[in-house]
Amino acid sequence: MSGGTYLGMPSFPVAAKTATHDGRLRGNMHRAMNTIRTRRARAVSELDDWAQLRQAGKEIKDRALRHLDEYLLQIEERVTEAGGHVHWAADAAAANRIVAGLAKAAGAAEVVKIKSMATQEIGLNEALAAEGIDAWETDLAELIVQLGHDRPSHIVVPAIHRNRSEIREIFRAEMGRNGRPAPDDLTDRPADLAEAARLHLREKFLRAKVAVSGANFLIAETGTAVIVESEGNGRMCLTLPETLISVVGIEKVLPTQRDLEVFLQLLPRSSTAERMNPYTSMWTGVTAGDGPSDFHLVLLDNGRTETLADEVGRQALRCIRCAACLNVCPVYERAGGHAYGSVYPGPIGAILSPQLRGIDNPVDASLPFASSLCGACYEACPVAIDIPEVLVHLRERAVEQPGHGAERAVMNAATWLLDHPAALAAAERAASATRKLHPRTLNLGPAAAWSDTRDLPEVPSESFRAWWRKQHR
Amino acid sequence: MTDRELILQRIRSAVANAPEPPEIARDYAERHHHGEPAELVELLAENLTGYRARVHRADDAGLPALVARLLAEHGDTSVAVPADLPAEWLSALTIDVRPDAPLSAVELDRTSAVITGCALAVAETGTIVLDAGPGQGRRALTLVPDHHVCVVRVPGQVYPSLPLAVPELDLRRPLTWISGPSATSDIELDRVEGVHGPRTLDVILLG
Ligand code: SF4
Repeated sequence: MSGGTYLGMPSFPVAAKTATHDGRLRGNMHRAMNTIRTRRARAVSELDDWAQLRQAGKEIKDRALRHLDEYLLQIEERVTEAGGHVHWAADAAAANRIVAGLAKAAGAAEVVKIKSMATQEIGLNEALAAEGIDAWETDLAELIVQLGHDRPSHIVVPAIHRNRSEIREIFRAEMGRNGRPAPDDLTDRPADLAEAARLHLREKFLRAKVAVSGANFLIAETGTAVIVESEGNGRMCLTLPETLISVVGIEKVLPTQRDLEVFLQLLPRSSTAERMNPYTSMWTGVTAGDGPSDFHLVLLDNGRTETLADEVGRQALRCIRCAACLNVCPVYERAGGHAYGSVYPGPIGAILSPQLRGIDNPVDASLPFASSLCGACYEACPVAIDIPEVLVHLRERAVEQPGHGAERAVMNAATWLLDHPAALAAAERAASATRKLHPRTLNLGPAAAWSDTRDLPEVPSESFRAWWRKQHR
Repeated sequence: MTDRELILQRIRSAVANAPEPPEIARDYAERHHHGEPAELVELLAENLTGYRARVHRADDAGLPALVARLLAEHGDTSVAVPADLPAEWLSALTIDVRPDAPLSAVELDRTSAVITGCALAVAETGTIVLDAGPGQGRRALTLVPDHHVCVVRVPGQVYPSLPLAVPELDLRRPLTWISGPSATSDIELDRVEGVHGPRTLDVILLG
């Protein structure tokens, strides 16, 4: 992968076509999505105040974004007081430069990494490799992806497109080239595969001097970084190395300590369908005699401030990367995560990637069309991001782009959807189930030619086809 | 212009015309379970067990024998302990006890178990929080050995819910929240207990 778009990545319809013809991938995806949807529904239904938590989550994030400058300065002050260092990176290149410089200064030829969307987004591993520094992914799924020379296909379970026997083959072929080999008699039982990963990574944890992470949240009031995880690889990286570098998107801010009581109810249930994930780590600067003695927080913009400037699109910055929207999306399930050509797949990817990267290339211009506007993503989203609303808004922006490249990509994406009646029909079924939650008005300001489109989420079963006919008759 | 100035300036111009957001309506529940303290302890035990932690009960007199039994059953030959752990908890042990003086990561990796207390526990979510306070030691201690025995004083350390527990925490301390042993669902969403953190978590409810 590279920073920004994957190099040479086909635009959505081309990639989606390949994926839907891969029977094994479709089987893996369908089973997985079914399982995860059922589990999540159960975890959410346990809380009778879910709607209130969701509303609070939305409002907290909106407040954080409205006063982001003040909160970031507060974080800088608190982290510095607590012995940490804060760096600001306007774009991917700046962030990569900072991290590579810090790793070199620490004398490290390798770093261990905690799964982090931000560092994938900026292509950090490749940037470090160019400086002669190995970056080892330590999350099990990320390890599978890295050893398989593959790309992640899901935000929370990046190797969801791989089944157990594929994983066994990857481990047997690749672990030995990168450290401790997999045992000769490795089976494809998940427990044995996890054990192989434990042994393979342990030597790396014990010798690592530098760890690189992201963060799920940054608490402005206290300058605290928060990481939510399951396996303990995060704790290893946050605790054992001498130097810790956390690359965090500026939108990860929560104003107060109290906000954790909301987000630590919303996130685990939405992402892994648990009451609570196995491990959550919180740290503020450095603590003498406990964990890294050198902590660097890299605050990353890379398109976020531009997204913030878009009145409709800025709500995408509320995202807490739970992947609930992916798990309910009929288009994602059929097209697969790779079709989105970005580290952010699925509905959130369709609204985030074009905003972070700009809509002036065929991949990103096609993404807002990779949807039937069924609204299932909006219903599932724990911070109430109205993804259909943003999709419609971005479609408008995409077709306003000069040149025919974007226009063609747009047409291809829409044609793909119309050519896949199963995806569209599933979307329509989901839509009627969630109809009551759909926005009545999208309130996008003037643009008369598009006003019909804006009403579409109200009649979801007709929306996509109707929209398409109007635009292309 | 530095990146810092640039980012701050971009933010300010991006939100210049955005309306002031409303006060946050925190009308979610303060707690979901309204039982007596004993019922909360029961709920904590149930939720921890649901995550495949092993839950035990003891009073002060029975604690040393229980600790010794849990370590023996797991086949532990050595145990790391925070330097300030109450000595009587260890009084029935016959295996190698290693106070964290501190122990190196490699030494911890060759130590089979660890015993600690905790800062508090949350019943609704089945969570134990460690804050490096008394009887808990630093973070690496409860991470590298494969077996963690954690003592929770009940009902005193048990809080019903996150909204009631979060304000009690001091975020300036390094915090580790533990809800069951380490786990992964990365392979076909099959849950496997035990990856990098301790694969066995024994929780002793003391009281
Ligand atoms: S958009 Fe909402 S549902 Fe999708 S990943 Fe982000 S927070 Fe989760």
